[in-house]
Amino acid sequence: MLVLEALRIEQTDFHLSADLTVDTGDRVAVIGPSGAGKSTLLAAIAGFVHPASGRILWEGRDISGLPPGERPVSILFQDQNLFPHLSVSQNVGLGVRPDLRLSAPDRDRVDQALAQTGLEGLGDRLPGTLSGGQQSRVALARALLRDRPVLLLDEPFAALGPALKAEMLDLVATLSSRKRMTVLMVTHDPADARRFAPRTIVVAEGRAHPPADTGAILDTPPPALAAYLGK
Amino acid sequence: MADRAQPVARTLATGGVPAALLLALTLGTLAFVAVRADGFSALGPADWVAVRFTLWQAFLSALLSSLLAIPVARALARRRFPGRGLLIALLGAPFILPVIVAVMGLLAVFGRAGLLNDGLALLGIPPVSIYGLGGVVLAHVFLNLPLAIRLLLQSWLAIPAERFRLAASLGMGPQEVSRFLERPMLRAALPGIFLAIFLVCLTSFAVALTLGGGPRATTVELAIYQAFRFDFDLGRAALLAVIQATLSLTAAIIALRVTVPAAFGAGLDRPIERWDATGGLLKLQDTTAILLAAAFLVMPLAAIVLRGLPALATLPGPVWQAAARSLTVALASMSLTIALALPLAIATARARSGLARGLDSLAMLPLATSPLVLGTGLFLVLRPVADPVALALPVTALANATLALPFALRILLPAAHAAEADFGRLADSLGMSGFARLRLMTLPRLARPLRYSAALAAALSMGDLGVIALFSDPDHATLPLQLYRLMGAYRMSDAAGAAVLLLLLSFTLFWVLDRGGRPDARA
Amino acid sequence: MRLSPMIAGFLSALAPFAALAEEKPVLTIYTYDSFVSDWGPGPAVKAAFETYCACTVEFVGAGDGAALLARVLIEGADSPADVVLGLDTNLTAEAAASGLFAPHGQNPELDLPVSWSDPLFLPYDWGYFAFVYDRTKTVSVPADFEALAASDLKIAIQDPRSSTPGLGLLLWVRKAYGDRAAEVWSALSDNIVTVTPGWSEAYGLFLNGEADAVLSYTTSPAYHLIAEGDDTKAAMPFTEGHYLQVEVAGRLAASDTPDVADRFLAFMTTDAFQSVIPETNWMYPAKTPAGGLPMGFETLVIPSEALLFTADEARDIREKALAEWQTALSQ
Repeated sequence: MLVLEALRIEQTDFHLSADLTVDTGDRVAVIGPSGAGKSTLLAAIAGFVHPASGRILWEGRDISGLPPGERPVSILFQDQNLFPHLSVSQNVGLGVRPDLRLSAPDRDRVDQALAQTGLEGLGDRLPGTLSGGQQSRVALARALLRDRPVLLLDEPFAALGPALKAEMLDLVATLSSRKRMTVLMVTHDPADARRFAPRTIVVAEGRAHPPADTGAILDTPPPALAAYLGK
Repeated sequence: MADRAQPVARTLATGGVPAALLLALTLGTLAFVAVRADGFSALGPADWVAVRFTLWQAFLSALLSSLLAIPVARALARRRFPGRGLLIALLGAPFILPVIVAVMGLLAVFGRAGLLNDGLALLGIPPVSIYGLGGVVLAHVFLNLPLAIRLLLQSWLAIPAERFRLAASLGMGPQEVSRFLERPMLRAALPGIFLAIFLVCLTSFAVALTLGGGPRATTVELAIYQAFRFDFDLGRAALLAVIQATLSLTAAIIALRVTVPAAFGAGLDRPIERWDATGGLLKLQDTTAILLAAAFLVMPLAAIVLRGLPALATLPGPVWQAAARSLTVALASMSLTIALALPLAIATARARSGLARGLDSLAMLPLATSPLVLGTGLFLVLRPVADPVALALPVTALANATLALPFALRILLPAAHAAEADFGRLADSLGMSGFARLRLMTLPRLARPLRYSAALAAALSMGDLGVIALFSDPDHATLPLQLYRLMGAYRMSDAAGAAVLLLLLSFTLFWVLDRGGRPDARA
Repeated sequence: MRLSPMIAGFLSALAPFAALAEEKPVLTIYTYDSFVSDWGPGPAVKAAFETYCACTVEFVGAGDGAALLARVLIEGADSPADVVLGLDTNLTAEAAASGLFAPHGQNPELDLPVSWSDPLFLPYDWGYFAFVYDRTKTVSVPADFEALAASDLKIAIQDPRSSTPGLGLLLWVRKAYGDRAAEVWSALSDNIVTVTPGWSEAYGLFLNGEADAVLSYTTSPAYHLIAEGDDTKAAMPFTEGHYLQVEVAGRLAASDTPDVADRFLAFMTTDAFQSVIPETNWMYPAKTPAGGLPMGFETLVIPSEALLFTADEARDIREKALAEWQTALSQ
């Protein structure tokens, strides 16, 4: 269980509060108007933004004070998910050990992750030589290897075409359910939410609402979301 | 992102040791000299004249070097031509020459008996004299323009290829590229470059004196020299050194305040291609800039080489021994520079902005320090505990490393900032810390500037006249010292040969470390 | 190609140098850098003295004469130096006032153009300051400072604040012209190409054609004649006389081997030391050796009159002379 307990984030001209629980293994969309604080919410969970008050708990343990790398969390950003000077295998290997001192079994795991994400044979390439979809897969392969129970997706697939994006979401869905990962995904697209996430957190007007059934929320949205969705 | 700025404690853990060492070597040595003084005599009007002249010539030299560097760096950034690598490498050469050698080279071109006046005489035009403020500034530009060009070129090439692609896709011409990409870059890079050159020229002594034409061109550093040697007045020397350091720090604070960091974001290390510079007029402009700069910088160097080459093969044994010694000192000094500059750059890049500015100004201190005061202070500190003669070479390496540090930091800092801004969050999210982060993120991202700063540090050390006469060990002279000794023994042609040897060694060292001057080579 | 010195040089410099256990007393001599260089008198003097003193001579080079004195003054009574060699009479007043030096108690016969009676310092060589020019380029040679000032010859001089020859020139003009010195400097100012930090820079400028003449010594042409077989360089004889530079050495009162130090001072005026001087330091030996001066020295200009302030006079007049020099050349 991921619990945001009386969480309050304050920045210049901006605040966001959240008091909610996400069940282990759930896939949750985070949806709301631009600038409402969706990315900030994920950044707080990942440890890049320090809340003014409140706590973040995972399976009962307070993780608010941990540095980003020690949280039970993997995050994929909108961009800059890969080091351009490291090969695909090395980028993925960072998910096993952040110092890249990999044993033979570790390297096998890297190869497996590459295979699972459809990147066989591309291990020695540099990210700059890959297509956008392939780059997303590399980041995903690394997240798989990191094996953290929570996966945060801050629109990493936003730049991909609809078919490719759908394919990536299905891949995330398959892989995360196999590992029983809890996934929070920021999105602008209601179709993505319906396709990927049974539950949805609405972020609007300074507040992140507790997750509710995605279909119900999108069919009868609360007023702030309705305006954003154009309903 | 301010939120990711490191707490003070971690900044100090990374940058604390180099910062403390810097403080000890600069302000510490100054304090030691002041303590030994028997009181402070007031400064006279002549001293204030010296302060004014010092500031004015340093300002002009820095301004001209920075401004002239822009067209040349731009041309080098957007053109590819045979010999480009060699030219960029040659740009390193003037900066690393011992002053007297550089001056002789300049005079061979611009002096009374130089090429320029020979040419004018053929045209029936009366000779021009460069002695005076003009000569001082000319020499400072000769010595520092190459550094400005290299630093600017580095910043130019740090604009990711993706931004130029975007610019091209938006149909931007050279003017728009300049406005949206190049000017913000210049805004970020120029104040630091101006500052570095301003500070180098602030402590100028031999150039200002030799080309200044007389006591009108008295600098503060000469006044310090006079206080030490002519008046035996440590108090006055310390006071003047305090003034010099205050001027420098004030300049540093102003320059760093007006610096606005550029935010170009990250790229994927694609090779840079330029779509905006295909016009004929621009090509002509770039060609002219490159040719003029090359002529200005290469002709004096060529004069030095031509004059000294005949004596090179027959140089006496002690000169070769000194060459080997200088190489050793240069490599030690280079390692030390990097060992100090890298943690300082990383700490500065990660620190909160106030602290970062503090560290950045601190790293400029060596440029503001009078070498004479540094040497004397160090001598006063070390003499009670060790034999200065035995310490000659280590102290020389340490002093050279300290003096190279500001340049190394100027070179490393933009890349360190960019690495943190672009990939710091990713590294944090993956839990990369300590040596893993250094090895997998920082070093690869900084490889190019690291090589350049190592090359510069080594070459600077080769050319530096063992800062410190007080520590000289007659049996273990360095190459620049042997060169001066040859001159002192009337052996001017051997000295010219030694100058060529020095130039060749420095240049080779620079070339090898900098990988043939390819600032855009892959890491 | 002479490869051997190069290889030998690299090897010997890179080899770790082992410190030999020394039983013999060590005589530490502070001197200026060009004295100890491989081309100066140092190596020969060291070898000669060590053959019969049963001691080890250790030279410490410290810039030039003024830097040398500054160093001794900074170190004070616990200076490791036994002997300081290389001050000139323009510096000895300060050195004497420091109380760091002990009387030498010797009265050797000397061949100086002036009489010598300083109880603390003994001369080892001397020379006349002079403007050196190229005979093939300059035909009409000025006979004094005023003629030089009236000519359109360009000269390179040294800064008195950073160079001992520069200081010597300052005192030369002062000694020759007294209170008219400022006037002479004003007249000279348009002849001065530039003022360099040290002797080497000025001499280099002259040899490279930047100046028609350079402040140096009457003995400078001897180097070109003897070492290079070049007789084109000559000194300009000035009718008002030439200022002397007398280079001296003294023993420090706190020396831990005073007897060896005294023996060195005595050795200094013997032939073994003095015969080294002319062709390494290119100055006149303080006591002409039995073999006489080397061939070539007889061609040198001998000034009609030797000018010299006493050490005390030099100290007292220095500041005033510097001020008038600065004022005259700053206009």
